[in-house]
Amino acid sequence: MSISLPHALSVWWRNASMYRRTWKANILPNFFEPVFYLAAIGVGVGAYIQQMGGTSYARFLAPGLICVAAMNGASFEVTYNVFVRLTWEKTYDAMLTAPIEPDDVLFGEVLWALTRSGIYGGAFFLVVAAFGYAPLPRALLALPAIPLAGLLFAALGIAFSLRATKIDFLSFYFTLFLTPLFLFSDVFFPIQERLSGPWLVVAEVLPLLHPVRAARATFNGTLGWQTLWDVVYVLVVSAALLALARRTIRRRLTA
Amino acid sequence: MQPPGESVIRARGVTKRFGARVAVRDLDLDVPAGVCFGLLGPNGAGKTTALRMIYGVTRPTAGSIEVFGIDVARDPRAVRARLGVTLQENVQIEALSPRDNLRIFARHHLLPRSRREARVEELLDFLELRSHADVPVVALSGGYRRRLAIAMSLIHDPELLVLDEPTTGLDPAVRLALWARVRELRGRGRSVLLTTHYMDEAERLCDRVLILCEGRAICEGAPRALIAERLAREALEIDATPEEEARLLAGEPWQRLRSGGRLVVYADSVGPLVARLRAQDGGDGRPVIVRPANLEDLFLAATGTSLEGGA
Repeated sequence: MSISLPHALSVWWRNASMYRRTWKANILPNFFEPVFYLAAIGVGVGAYIQQMGGTSYARFLAPGLICVAAMNGASFEVTYNVFVRLTWEKTYDAMLTAPIEPDDVLFGEVLWALTRSGIYGGAFFLVVAAFGYAPLPRALLALPAIPLAGLLFAALGIAFSLRATKIDFLSFYFTLFLTPLFLFSDVFFPIQERLSGPWLVVAEVLPLLHPVRAARATFNGTLGWQTLWDVVYVLVVSAALLALARRTIRRRLTA
Repeated sequence: MQPPGESVIRARGVTKRFGARVAVRDLDLDVPAGVCFGLLGPNGAGKTTALRMIYGVTRPTAGSIEVFGIDVARDPRAVRARLGVTLQENVQIEALSPRDNLRIFARHHLLPRSRREARVEELLDFLELRSHADVPVVALSGGYRRRLAIAMSLIHDPELLVLDEPTTGLDPAVRLALWARVRELRGRGRSVLLTTHYMDEAERLCDRVLILCEGRAICEGAPRALIAERLAREALEIDATPEEEARLLAGEPWQRLRSGGRLVVYADSVGPLVARLRAQDGGDGRPVIVRPANLEDLFLAATGTSLEGGA
């Protein structure tokens, strides 16, 4: 069954109308969180670091944190929210009484996760720019890294939560998967400079590494073949995971 | 809309297996346009699975289903565009109002804006939700939430309304109001397919019923005709031990049904039996209920406690 874009958009719209009621309360933390990180780690810890990756530490940190914000925005949406809609609230069962197919649900949810990642990442970008850590206008080229990170973590998260049988598994996803990624994916230090031999290849598998590296390359004006590889990685891995998620969501909704 | 008399739903030899378990077994179903059709059966009889196959969310393991003359397996979207489904559980966004929930469902059906708003207003009136149209759903009582659920499934003015246990857990006033709405829809030429295990609901509302037990159709027809065909006209209910029953009904051909200490005896006229009871019990006669045989008797006879004696 093919995807129907209007139906997928109606799924997006459902989530958006729910969010619209609470966005004022939700959006404020999106501005404060980056301020705390930049202040404590970028400025505070950064005072003891002369430079990293050729720039001041706060400038090194900024593009990575933008991608982390996008990752978080997408991840919350496709883990807890999708799980609850799937199992407890039976939202998808109700949608499927309208001419909506499982593919539309999946597509609509991924679109919505992208929207959330855009809100989180976009808010972070504004703060970074206000602090003067985003070299404008060059840094604007980093904006596409936000939906790229959003897409990648929407695909990862939804593929995982569609297979989760208990909500407890979702906390494993956060503590055992997203937290280490946050710490070791070039956000705080260039991990591959600390590795050698086959470990360099292993590090290349880390999903968050790619949007972070791409965003930083635009900030530093060092776009190159590696950036292209980073984009290809995100697109290919996302496509593969979404293909898997299509099979799972169909099985779970139409059994 | 389908012309009256033609089938809205036509199912042939439908079987659904989940692994080793057979949920629905070789089911044939014809729902004529413009009628209210009841799918009855105890919990776990396969009613909900049958509904899910009819609106094309679950595929039958074997057999075929046509709705509005469309093969559901081939084009489920086309079928679902013309029918509405009220699920057993109310699925609503609790933080939003009935009005917003209706709008969301209108979007799922791709109604254009002007029609969307018009339908929302119509349904707020039709299901008497207007007084609570802008209150968050979380603050509504069960009756309002159920009415909203039905309003949501009517948003695109479907030709066929599918109701899965529409009145479970509702108070008598709300049930009566919902039945009136269902009759009104049928009066406008819509068809209704509902599941219930309230036999009074089925008897009052349904033109035809089908009793499903362990996935198999046991009997089908108009409620009154089915009762007349299967049971005697009157029922007499008493408390009686099996010993008393043996003594009282010795040699009589009457149908009877036992459930614990309660005994129901069916006869075209239970008068002589009442007289015999009074004679036996003497002064402190036990309470006796005499009533017409109803769908509940038929349901119990067909699905649960087995009938003894008689035909």
